[in-house]
Parts: sequence; structure tokens; C-alpha cells
Amino acid sequence: MHKYRTDMYEGMIAETVMVPGHDSTVINAYFARPLGPGPFPGVVLIHHAPGWDEWYRETTRKFAHHGYLAISPNIYYHFGHGAPEDIAAKVRVAGGVPDDDVVGDIAESLGYLKSLPQSNGKVGLFGTCSAGRQTFLVACRTKGFDAAVDCWGGRMVMSQQELTPKYPVAPIDYTKDLSCPLLGLFGEEDQSPTPQQVAQHEEELKKYGKTYEFHMYPKAGHGFFYYDRSGYRQEPAVDGWNRVWAFLEKYLGTTDKC
Amino acid sequence: MCTGIVENTRISGSGKGPNGWFRLDRASVSYDHPDHTQAERAVIIDILSETTGPESRIAVELTPQSARDLVRAILASLSREEGHGPGARNENVQ
Repeated sequence: MHKYRTDMYEGMIAETVMVPGHDSTVINAYFARPLGPGPFPGVVLIHHAPGWDEWYRETTRKFAHHGYLAISPNIYYHFGHGAPEDIAAKVRVAGGVPDDDVVGDIAESLGYLKSLPQSNGKVGLFGTCSAGRQTFLVACRTKGFDAAVDCWGGRMVMSQQELTPKYPVAPIDYTKDLSCPLLGLFGEEDQSPTPQQVAQHEEELKKYGKTYEFHMYPKAGHGFFYYDRSGYRQEPAVDGWNRVWAFLEKYLGTTDKC
Repeated sequence: MCTGIVENTRISGSGKGPNGWFRLDRASVSYDHPDHTQAERAVIIDILSETTGPESRIAVELTPQSARDLVRAILASLSREEGHGPGARNENVQ
């Protein structure tokens, strides 16, 4: 947890950079880090379905403010450029981004963070909404992450009819391969994932002896961190962020050097 | 793409945006989290041109009941044209 003092020096740099993506492509990413030599832990933020938008830039800076090398790659890069919501609409029309492409992009961002001289060698994952699902998927299909935070990721459980060439396997079916501790934050009033689906996922995590923490908030639905949307819930949001910081500090190491 | 509920269809028509009229050739209807409507989920309709840039898009987010009302109004107008029915009707003032 970030320990503030009124006499401390603080500084960060935040900018757009080009980083490797899946299949030897190059994509853009928003990268924020504390100033100073570190060493700092890292976090890869997967942006949500509404797009590579302002909330994810703010959240990337929030992680840097808390002492992380934070990167948010644009997983919609190959759909072109424009207003985030227009690009998100193109992605919707196309039926989404293939899971394989997302896993490839995020694995490359992991390598990018670990290669930095300021890295302490530990890297976590964070994602909300559709990116909560992708966070879990990447944590199962990629080795090298040290912690993962899934915020209300839906479609973890998928029926046979929901599977497509872009989404060939339900993430829950990868649970045995989960490669790092998992934090899950959910709302009791959410319709996707429903509390029943979260419970089903939890059973699977128990079955394979995985390290996880799930928190189900009453009087909260989908997206309760989003202060700019109607689903925002102040109390669960504050508690949820505190749990994120505590969880990542436990598994990624101290952030006191910022 | 949280829900994965998307229906696409080819269409033919025109739409008007900030830069004037443009041709429309595709419609995408999804049921997902809206950007602006004050609801957890909404019917999101994107009517767009595939041949021009992503800004050539008519975007609509409707509550489920509003979407049903709109569908009913469209179908009613079509059936009345086919039956050569009378002029405008406003269900709000009936």
C-alpha cells in the first residue's frame, strides 16, 4: 500500500509507446511508471470492451502512482484508429478479438516489463469486464505472471453454443493451468458473471488447489469501479481497490521505493 | 463484448452524422453494457458504413423496453404502408 508523507518526492512519466504484439506485430500501448531507478513491480492492464479509453489511461497512471511499472497495450490496435468508442464498435461488429491474439499481445507486454532496468522481476495482471475474463485466460495460458486481478469478468463459464472460432474454449476449462494467485472482485447484482457462475468458478479453483481470493459485494452490480457509469458503487469500489493493492503487494513485492 | 450477444445484418440506406449524410451498409445489434445510457445493460445499435472510417457510424443505446417499442413502431409503419393505412399515429397521445 502506498504510504504517503507530505514531505516525500513524487513523480511519474506516462506516455504512449510502441511495444511488441502477437505474431511479431507492433502495437501501441500506454505506459506509466514512477520516476526513479526502482526496482518496481510491474502490472499489465488489459482494457475493457468499451475500448482503450480514458478510464484505462487513468487507471494505468493510478498503478504508477502506487509504485508500479504499468502498461496498457491497445488490444484493438489492428482494428484501426479513431475515437475509442468507435473502434470498440468496430470490434463489436467483428465479433470481438480472438482469445489467441489477446494472449499473444499480453505475453509480449509481460516480456517488455520484465526487460526494463527498473523491474523487480515481478509482474501482475489486471482487467475489468471482458478483460477480467481475458486476465484469467492469460494467467492460465501464459507462464511468468506472479498475480492476477479479475474484476467482474463475465463469460468465464460458456455454453457449447457460445463457443466460436474466436472463443474456442471457456476460460473455466483452463483453471487447472492457472499459473499465479488470483484475486476476484464481483457484485452480487451482476448478470454476467452471475453469483452462481462465480461460485462455479470458485469450485473449480478449489478442485485444483489454486491460490485465490474472491470477494462478492452486496448492493453492487457490474463495473462498480467505473465512476463515470451508473454502476459505480462507492463503498465496494474503495474496499475493492484496497484489496487490489494489498493483494499485489503480497505477491509482487513492496512498492515503497517510489 | 462482455455478453457476446451480437446480431449483424446487411442493410441499405443513409445516415446523418456531424459531417452530413453518408451511406450505410451494415447494422450491428448487441445487448451489452452501454457507454452512456443509465442502465447496466442496453440494446446497442451501430449502423455504419464498412467502406469509410469508424466515425461513419450512427450509434444508439436503448433500454430493453425502448428497443421493443421501437421495433413495434417500425413494424407497424411497414405493415400500414403495405396495407395503405391512414397517416401518422402517435401512441403517446392515443
